Amino acid sequence: MTKMNLTHFEAAFLFALLASVVLGIVTKNNDRERLRYGAYCFAYFLVALFGIAWVMKLGHG
Amino acid sequence: MATTAKAIAKPALPPIGVWLPPVLVSWLIPGGGHFLLKRRGRAALLLAAISLMFLLGLMMRGAMFTPKGGDPLTTLINYGGFVGDLASGALYLLAMMLGYTQPDAAGHVHDYGTKFLVSAGLLNILAMVDTFEIAAKRKS
Repeated sequence: MTKMNLTHFEAAFLFALLASVVLGIVTKNNDRERLRYGAYCFAYFLVALFGIAWVMKLGHG
Repeated sequence: MATTAKAIAKPALPPIGVWLPPVLVSWLIPGGGHFLLKRRGRAALLLAAISLMFLLGLMMRGAMFTPKGGDPLTTLINYGGFVGDLASGALYLLAMMLGYTQPDAAGHVHDYGTKFLVSAGLLNILAMVDTFEIAAKRKS
């Protein structure tokens, strides 16, 4: 199997997307709420991703 | 008062034959329990998301955990990681049988791979809990 090389951003983006799909499905009771919650989770993952990335960049100077 | 106590009381656990087979299928095949309970759309999405996360972990050459002891933190990480890997069901068993285990290596891609493999199992545990709730008629 060939080795897949991803950047930090690509790997974290894929993780956020796939985890949000599962969290949306298992958490809520109807499709509309599932879609909404999945989108919220994905958005929060991305906000955390960019936020933590900036904190690390500024922390390293 | 009686109404409040009734509202707080936990619903009785349904017979084991009702929820155990779908939960076991859900462990073995991600989304399989939902498929058995005729939630086919959700089953397909769970299968795709969890399998893709596991396969990406393998392609990034993530390491599989083995239940090894040592100091308390090492024991916790190894046993916790092993449970996470094992929770992927057939994906984990197939990967082990076909020799896709990788030694732990330095580098961010390997590290992400290891986390993807464990996370796929942890997400499958959430899917198993959801299967239980659907089988027990606590959720639609």
